[in-house]
Amino acid sequence: MDVVKQFESFDFNSYFKSVSAADVLHSLNRDLLSPYDLLNLLSEPALQFLEQMAQKSQKITRQYFGRTIGMYAPLYISDYCSNHCTYCGFNCASDAKRLKLTIDQIKAEAQVISDMGIRHILVLTGEAPEKTPMSYLIEAVEVLKTCFSSIGIEMFPMDEEDYRQLKDAGVDSLTVYQETYDQQIYKQVHLKGKKMDYQYRLLTPERGARAGFRSVNIGPLFGLGEPGSEAFMAGLHAKYLEQTFPDVEISLSLPRMTKAAGGIAPRHTLSDRRFVQFILAWRLFMPRLGITVSTRESARFRDKLLHLGVTRYSAGSKTDVGGYALKDAEATAQFEVTDTRTVDEVTQMIRENGFQPVFKDWEIF
Amino acid sequence: MIPLSKKGIPLSCSALWEEDEKMTNAQNDVLVLGDIEFSSRLFTGTGKFASRDLITPMLEASGSQMITVALRRVDSSEKGDNILNYIPKTVTLLPNTSGARTAQEAVRIARIAREAGCGNFIKIEVITDMQYLLPDNHETLLATEILAKEGFVVLPYMMPDITVTKQLYNAGAAAVMPLGSPIGTNRGLEMKPMIKMIIETSKIPVVVDAGIGRPSQAAEAMEMGADAVLVNTAIATAADPVLAGKAFSYAVKAGRMAYLSSLAETKMQASASSPLTGFLRD
Repeated sequence: MDVVKQFESFDFNSYFKSVSAADVLHSLNRDLLSPYDLLNLLSEPALQFLEQMAQKSQKITRQYFGRTIGMYAPLYISDYCSNHCTYCGFNCASDAKRLKLTIDQIKAEAQVISDMGIRHILVLTGEAPEKTPMSYLIEAVEVLKTCFSSIGIEMFPMDEEDYRQLKDAGVDSLTVYQETYDQQIYKQVHLKGKKMDYQYRLLTPERGARAGFRSVNIGPLFGLGEPGSEAFMAGLHAKYLEQTFPDVEISLSLPRMTKAAGGIAPRHTLSDRRFVQFILAWRLFMPRLGITVSTRESARFRDKLLHLGVTRYSAGSKTDVGGYALKDAEATAQFEVTDTRTVDEVTQMIRENGFQPVFKDWEIF
Repeated sequence: MIPLSKKGIPLSCSALWEEDEKMTNAQNDVLVLGDIEFSSRLFTGTGKFASRDLITPMLEASGSQMITVALRRVDSSEKGDNILNYIPKTVTLLPNTSGARTAQEAVRIARIAREAGCGNFIKIEVITDMQYLLPDNHETLLATEILAKEGFVVLPYMMPDITVTKQLYNAGAAAVMPLGSPIGTNRGLEMKPMIKMIIETSKIPVVVDAGIGRPSQAAEAMEMGADAVLVNTAIATAADPVLAGKAFSYAVKAGRMAYLSSLAETKMQASASSPLTGFLRD
């Protein structure tokens, strides 16, 4: 983790300003990229080489992942939360009605999602362990195992031992976003709750890897910190995890803040160009990295991203508790879905683009 | 998509195909694994294709009689799009244990594969390094021991190592599958000297797996005396996978014929046609 920490006080602003076109080209032509190469590719001058970066990224991605794209869907089972994150619709200061699914309701939701063809599920909760204790989570996993071939969790940071229990129950994948690698901003946007502890969250992915999850997904929430340095820190964090846990598949997501009820507006906006630049820079930095893009992004944009290096898409997503099966749930969405197409529509688009949607790519054993 | 003939062969190479069908296997040269005779020494894979619809025509065009499929991608649920439906019954399934990080996990996956109706063959793939995707020989050996005893026809994917080859033979492996270079790299026979030694000493068939990116590299492996090659990425990610499958089948056949014909070795120095000792008469 020292590799990541040594950049915490790095002067990104000055470095990015010093990057020349020649630096970018040099980094672009290397096979094995250093952290400084990643910085060069994330700099503003690199934008003029976007097409070359895209060509290389496509080539590398085809080599390692083929013309395939993994499919998954999220399942929110509880939106109780004791944290106050200023950007999130689930924050504890919001007086939105809270909902926690019963095991039977989870079963009903799972059935609907599985009928759409989805085999990989990502289960989400807010941070309220008293509402969603381990016994509840394990029971949920037991039910989901009957419908799905892979179970990922995006809940709240846990201790290694808790993760081990979930792993033994059948969870194979962990998603946890650092939100921002800028500790100042982290402090400003996390006003209450356990999530205020930056370090504990930062070390969460590796606790999961140690507990035995075979796949770990991390990422910053774009809209909080300065995008270039956030993309860099996330890339470095991913690389550190890949090198420390060589038997774990590491992936990155790049959620952009979208409107959430009761949430703040983004401090920094990330343009489509830079969004693409980050995907490409990450791919060149880590050829085997998984890159996930959710339905926060628009249909039109996602159709194009397919060719640039992404490896996993969600589809048909509902981001509110009970959104799939509970007709009158009236729950709050965590964020607004932009690509509202059905799973069938998304997979048809993927096929038309010459890619194979892969629904099942794991076996719970 | 390129135009295909009724047989699923690209029209552009149907002439070649007809000619090829006239080619007879004069020496009745077959590879036996388990109880099955394979006249094609090109094994293929199901991963990385732009569409699963390409798998059947690719198999037809390449003549491949064995195809590997990751159990993790087999969805036998009622509504699932089962990849096995794209593989003709005449082609032998080689389920693999992709995703296994220990011998125990590989064993569990193999048993699930058998129960799922994938047959008796199993390619053991235990990988603990996602960066280079190199196999863990130690865990692979442990899994081979267990699965061979359970009656599986075990084909372990391995790092080329002579000692481990012997141990795998003793453990009951049906063949060994040393890698040419890391999976998906298309770098060819980077491990050539080691594979050569394995071919020279192995008591079980040697199938060169992984890293073969071009037909010429497949031919090279076969010329060296490999019993078969497994090619997936190079075929699946070609712009025309059906035509690529065809190209590999020719290469494998040519390489095999060259091996059987015992070509003269290449030499570093010119060799005089009037040798110095030619005057000796008694």
